[in-house]
Amino acid sequence: MGQPLATRRHGMGRFRALCVGGAALLAAATIAGCGGAAAGPPVLNFYTPADGAKQYAAAAAACTTAANGQYSIVQQTLPKSADDQRLQLARRLVAGDTAVDIMGIDVTWTAEFAEAGWLEKFPADQAAQVKEGTLAGPLDTGTWQGDLWAAPLNTNTQILWYRKDLAPNPPATWDDMIAQSEALAGKGLPAAIEVQGAQYEGLTVWFNTLLTSAGGQVVNEKGDVLIDQGDAAIKATTIMQKVATAKGADPSLSVAKENDGRLAMEAGEAAFQLNYPFVYASINTPPPDGGGGGTFIDSQGKATTQNTGRRVIDEFAWAPYPSVIPGKPATVTIGGLNLGVSSTSLHKDLAFEAVQCLRNRDNQLVNATEGGVPPTLEALYSDPSFQQKYPAWEAIKQSLDNASVRPKTPAYQSISIVLSDALNPPGDINPQQTVAGLADQIRKAENSEGLVP
Amino acid sequence: MSLDSGALAAATSKQPSSHRAGKPALSEGKKAERRLGLWLCAPAAIIMVAVTAYPIIYAVWLSLQRYDLRFPADREFAGLSNYGAVLSSGYWWQAFLITVIITVISVAIEFVLGLALALVMHRTIVGRGLTRTVVLIPYGIVTVVAAFSWQFAWTPDKGYLAAMLSEGSAPLTGQASAIAIIILAEVWKTTPFMALLLMAGLALVPDDLLKAAQVDGAGAWQRLTQIILPMMKPAILVALLFRTLDAFRVFDNIYILTQGSNGTGSVSMLGYDNLFKAFNLGIGSAISVLIFIAVALIALLFIKFFGAAAPGSEPTGKR
Repeated sequence: MGQPLATRRHGMGRFRALCVGGAALLAAATIAGCGGAAAGPPVLNFYTPADGAKQYAAAAAACTTAANGQYSIVQQTLPKSADDQRLQLARRLVAGDTAVDIMGIDVTWTAEFAEAGWLEKFPADQAAQVKEGTLAGPLDTGTWQGDLWAAPLNTNTQILWYRKDLAPNPPATWDDMIAQSEALAGKGLPAAIEVQGAQYEGLTVWFNTLLTSAGGQVVNEKGDVLIDQGDAAIKATTIMQKVATAKGADPSLSVAKENDGRLAMEAGEAAFQLNYPFVYASINTPPPDGGGGGTFIDSQGKATTQNTGRRVIDEFAWAPYPSVIPGKPATVTIGGLNLGVSSTSLHKDLAFEAVQCLRNRDNQLVNATEGGVPPTLEALYSDPSFQQKYPAWEAIKQSLDNASVRPKTPAYQSISIVLSDALNPPGDINPQQTVAGLADQIRKAENSEGLVP
Repeated sequence: MSLDSGALAAATSKQPSSHRAGKPALSEGKKAERRLGLWLCAPAAIIMVAVTAYPIIYAVWLSLQRYDLRFPADREFAGLSNYGAVLSSGYWWQAFLITVIITVISVAIEFVLGLALALVMHRTIVGRGLTRTVVLIPYGIVTVVAAFSWQFAWTPDKGYLAAMLSEGSAPLTGQASAIAIIILAEVWKTTPFMALLLMAGLALVPDDLLKAAQVDGAGAWQRLTQIILPMMKPAILVALLFRTLDAFRVFDNIYILTQGSNGTGSVSMLGYDNLFKAFNLGIGSAISVLIFIAVALIALLFIKFFGAAAPGSEPTGKR
């Protein structure tokens, strides 16, 4: 990577020293660059994930214009995978890179980055501005030990997607759904429940949703491991084991990720799917980018290669996420992206102001309609252009209102690895034994003792 | 890495000592000349120390600390407790077992195939250059690129190799089948390297001896086991040693093919995950140091096992 722009323009004292020291080694062009640095407005580097980089760059440009010469924002693209993004940011921050100003960070990193001293806490006035009109669930993901460390930009949540021909009454609970699925399998109809069972973050999300819906918690903010308190974890793991072993279960559940569930549904093999709103956009998108309405289905609802004039999309419907305890809404684990200000930034005040602009109504709406990620400002859910793009907006909003967050702890990453390792394959879970073993391993991970698998 | 620096150190330390032994007294001029020599060598030596010794020592130092990037305030000296944590962890021994399995099987297959290829390359009369070039192609391809093509080939719906299996099978998602694919990728990639080293050894076998044996009535198998292999022993040692050390540190193929899921992680993967995913520098460095020790032990065992054929003990043993 080249010399970051911000240092070139603003770290003048240091950079001049560097120039003198390195003069013998540097090419003539670079030396010329030293002398020519003009005093423009401060440049804020905005590091974002690769997915949605286009929208983030557009927001950066819009906010640069809006700043009226006060600062300019340059969007920088991080890798595609969350692990690689986190690693690159950590490397820069540990090394004290002053060219990192604003970071788009995953909702699960807040505690870790805050505790490691990589994030700058939002000052009271800025925090108050962020809190105004923002959904409580996403706001909680940016909060650690009572302070706001990151401002919610996007969020994401799962709802139940199902086939209304196969399930005229969408299941309200997991037990109901498993029973319906087994009944369908008995009749030889598509029966699978598609959920994320592969050994990765998605499995942790599934478990956390079930656990919190049953009234449990993995670990609290004080660092107390609560997973083995009460019977919530037993209930959650029992459901996972049943889903994987029920008659008609997807045989490849143990390697299924979000996209596999979408594909199985579009191929007419599944009756139920727990997934993010992108599946709706996908089934409505023509191939090769999307499912093109899914495969043809016959009068019984089975997939067929013949043109019956009836496709999966005709029976594709959505409902709230099934609950674990009857009558008590499920608390779905939310995802999304928050904006944090780096503790190494040379322009923290300006960065906080820029964050407010980057997550304003207009930019969030662009992210939602073009990037496919639900916004965190409550008001947008009543915006007609948003509702048109997300017909399932009511279910999504309801899911967000009952949201749960993933364990808030600096050791989250290790805990998630331990969880997904222990719960995969879901069919092999032995609830009592698995939960007992997990409690011990999570305690070690929480104290950063021992290894991660 | 360890081997290269070890060999270099041996080479550099040997020269001055032989000089000293050969020349008992030095004149003023000679002394000045030697001082100048040392001065001229110094920059290179300092750079060597800076780029190899410093990181190794730093890793050892880190492995003795409780040091997690996420808890900078908790950094403290922890003695050997990180090693205790690693060696008492099931994850380490699982990864160790997988690594040993991959190492032993892949090196064994590579040796047999490599020897066959070496004999072919050695005996080819027509188009010798072309044969050797073709054989070396897999070795010239970047491991990560090759691993990606293997991955695509074995992915259901996309890959031509997966298409040959029964419908719906995903070989990369099962432990045994995934390890088999990792071994296959390793063998495909590094057999040419093995063949190249063994071919150098074949050049040591005098043709006259083989002809004499043939006249005495020795068959092809007898000539191979009684003459060629014993004469090639130094080259075999080097080839097996290099490949075993390499195979023990297997990382890129696994990283691309399975990312260590379904119990296919090697010790290097474990070290990577603890360093770069868990940000636990203490534990991660302890794993790295343990891998280093394991590699050193393998090298030691090999040299002990092959005894006099160790490189350096015979002029022909040098690569």
